[in-house]
Amino acid sequence: MEGRQEAGKENKPSSISVDPQGDSSLQVEISDAVSERDKVKFTVQTKSCLPHFAQTEFSVVRQHEEFIWLHDAYVENEEYAGLIIPPAPPRPDFEASREKLQKLGEGDSSITREEFAKMKQELEAEYLAIFKKTVAMHEVFLQRLAAHPTLRRDHNFFVFLEYGQDLSVRGKNRKELLGGFLRNIVKSADEALITSMSGLKEVDDFFEHERTFLLEYHTRIRDACLRADRVMQSHKCLADDYIPISAALSSLGTQEVNQLKTSFFKLAELFERLRKLEGRVASDEDLKLSDMLRYYMRDSQAAKDLLYRRLRALADYENANKALDKARTRNREVRTAESNQQLCCRRFERLSDSAKQELMDFKSRRVSSFRKNLIELAELELKHAKLQGPDSPGYYGDQTLGNPPVSSKLTTPSCFPLGYWQAPRN
Amino acid sequence: MESKSISAPVIFDRSREEIEEEANGDVFDIEIGVSDPEKVGDGMNAYMAYRVTTKTSLSMFSKSEFSVKRRFSDFLGLHSKLASKYLHVGYIVPPAPEKSIVGMTKVKVGKEDSSSTEFVEKRRAALERYLQRTVKHPTLLQDPDLRQFLESSELPRAVNTQALSGAGILRMVNKAADAVNKMTIKMNESDAWFEEKQQQFENLDQQLRKLHASVEALVCHRKELSANTAAFAKSAAMLGNSEDHTALSRALSQLAEVEEKIDQLHQEQAFADFYMFSELLSDYIRLIAAVKGVFDHRMKCWQKWEDAQITLLKKRETEAKMMVANKPDKIQQAKNEIREWEAKVQQGERDFEQISKTIRKEVGRFEAKRVKDFKTVIIKYLESLVQTQQQLIKYWEAFLPEAKAIA
Repeated sequence: MEGRQEAGKENKPSSISVDPQGDSSLQVEISDAVSERDKVKFTVQTKSCLPHFAQTEFSVVRQHEEFIWLHDAYVENEEYAGLIIPPAPPRPDFEASREKLQKLGEGDSSITREEFAKMKQELEAEYLAIFKKTVAMHEVFLQRLAAHPTLRRDHNFFVFLEYGQDLSVRGKNRKELLGGFLRNIVKSADEALITSMSGLKEVDDFFEHERTFLLEYHTRIRDACLRADRVMQSHKCLADDYIPISAALSSLGTQEVNQLKTSFFKLAELFERLRKLEGRVASDEDLKLSDMLRYYMRDSQAAKDLLYRRLRALADYENANKALDKARTRNREVRTAESNQQLCCRRFERLSDSAKQELMDFKSRRVSSFRKNLIELAELELKHAKLQGPDSPGYYGDQTLGNPPVSSKLTTPSCFPLGYWQAPRN
Repeated sequence: MESKSISAPVIFDRSREEIEEEANGDVFDIEIGVSDPEKVGDGMNAYMAYRVTTKTSLSMFSKSEFSVKRRFSDFLGLHSKLASKYLHVGYIVPPAPEKSIVGMTKVKVGKEDSSSTEFVEKRRAALERYLQRTVKHPTLLQDPDLRQFLESSELPRAVNTQALSGAGILRMVNKAADAVNKMTIKMNESDAWFEEKQQQFENLDQQLRKLHASVEALVCHRKELSANTAAFAKSAAMLGNSEDHTALSRALSQLAEVEEKIDQLHQEQAFADFYMFSELLSDYIRLIAAVKGVFDHRMKCWQKWEDAQITLLKKRETEAKMMVANKPDKIQQAKNEIREWEAKVQQGERDFEQISKTIRKEVGRFEAKRVKDFKTVIIKYLESLVQTQQQLIKYWEAFLPEAKAIA
């Protein structure tokens, strides 16, 4: 199955706002993407006047695994321990959509040609939507890196953007995946241990508040995200239900030779409009609500990770203090203990300072993103509901005269730019 | 959230057309309401009693407004009496609502939850529609059993309602139909009208069944949407509580409220989906089964006439044989039998012509009613869908400034 997307700058389905203060000395975008059988190839285009790039404008082709490699490189880098690392984009997953299209192709003889065409259209739109979303997720990841004053200067980032060849980063094998999984368990256990460590007191109210806040916030936003997904699925379900109803009403209308004919056709037409409406509502809620909630779920996890690193640094500092005291009483290796303690202290303070800034940025990012998306959501809902309502022409009409329905050509909302789309190859 | 008190829409308002028909001589001045379901008794012997109120200006009734208490089996009893009297002569007797063991058991056992309230309401509405259809039938309206059902305060318990349920009658009708179909003798249809109509009803039946199945799926999924929306509203409210930015927190709470209101809309729409659309379809699916039943009765009538003719022929042959064999007492017997069967043949022909005439009239009346019913309901349903959209607009319009207020 193949698909291409020509994503112009104005067509970006950006439900996530990147730091608006970022200057334009490094602009990154995904200018093209191709979906092949089991992978997606992203064309990453960079425009920059920064000195260490060879050219001012250049592109490379990257796959999902290379993005993950870049993300992990940041996470493992001690330099960035005091920063919120932008969450990695999720793996492109077309499985479900592909399966559905295949099942439709295998054929169900009981549905009419029109119904089949409509269902195919729905599924293709769904596939296209998933595709656009994965492009957006990968793009926003890069753009956040490019906008961050510290992260943008990373050497691996430059390599990622500039190196023409394949980065030869294979996907994690089972051992590495297991290792990652275990590391997470160890991390949570460690976190639990150090928080219960005696003598480890959080001196800063700010961080105390942030910790409580983030813990609760992360859980609740995850909940909200899951439930928003379910609502979206229900809307899609309804849209699918309308297809056979509309078809049955039309054929009932054809059979009648009396005034009932018009009534049936009118109802059939209404269901067809409602189908489109439900489809749009589903996609609006998906983009403006579900995706945003999902992103901030991941981002809040990244913020939690930062807090953990700082806590770890605090624990190390405390331990270094204890070791220094011990060394002083024994009067052995005092020098090493002193320098170690100073190191830990400086590290902790460095982390605390940058963490504070990062968390405040997180908040302002979050607020502006929610604001933008909630406004857009409301506007879209209104736009669609109004187009289907009594204002639209030919809506009610005189039952007996049977005004022919005016097919209103509805414009697709800006989050769904029409791209060049190839029919799936079975 | 308090549960909305549900009551099905009254579909049978006096429309302009009815008043016109009244002027033309067809008097429909009778309205039936079924209300106030009340549980009587306890445990497995408990039953629901419904109040049946009649409002009429017809002179055949002693009062202009009166009501009685009836239970479900009384309705089934009424239907079985009417069916046994009128079905086989070609009248389309409206079928009674279906029995439901599961639904009724829940009510008996005393579960006061929303599903048993829904069940009782569904049944009440169905009983009301059943009676309305029955009294709008000019012939059935004259029936003394119907009058007794509506008027008398005490009604003898209908026994053995197992066989008397609407489904039971239909099963009997369908068995008869199957029997007729299995007969090898093909009826010489002298009247193409009957063949056409039968085909028409067959098509209509198939399409209504298909549509009904799809609408049932719609009702189910809309209820799911409502439940999911309510769940999301709760989690949005929780998220709003967590959020430490004041304006955003408020906006999220507002979002939660909007979603709650939208959930309410979905519930109301699901209600309309069901009571207007789905129930109409299922009523007509059962009505068409009754129509098919009368057509089959006509075939059986024809068969009876045909058999009589064949028997008459045989008797005449016997007479001829007796004449040749010269057995005077046998000849007399044969002559008697011939007279007997000539009468039967004539009766058979009369019956067949009568049932054919009745069916023609009945089908005409049925079709007119069907068109009216569907039109009325479709308009009402369209209205409900449009109203839902209008409400949605109001809710989102109220929310938009809240979202914009996030500083």
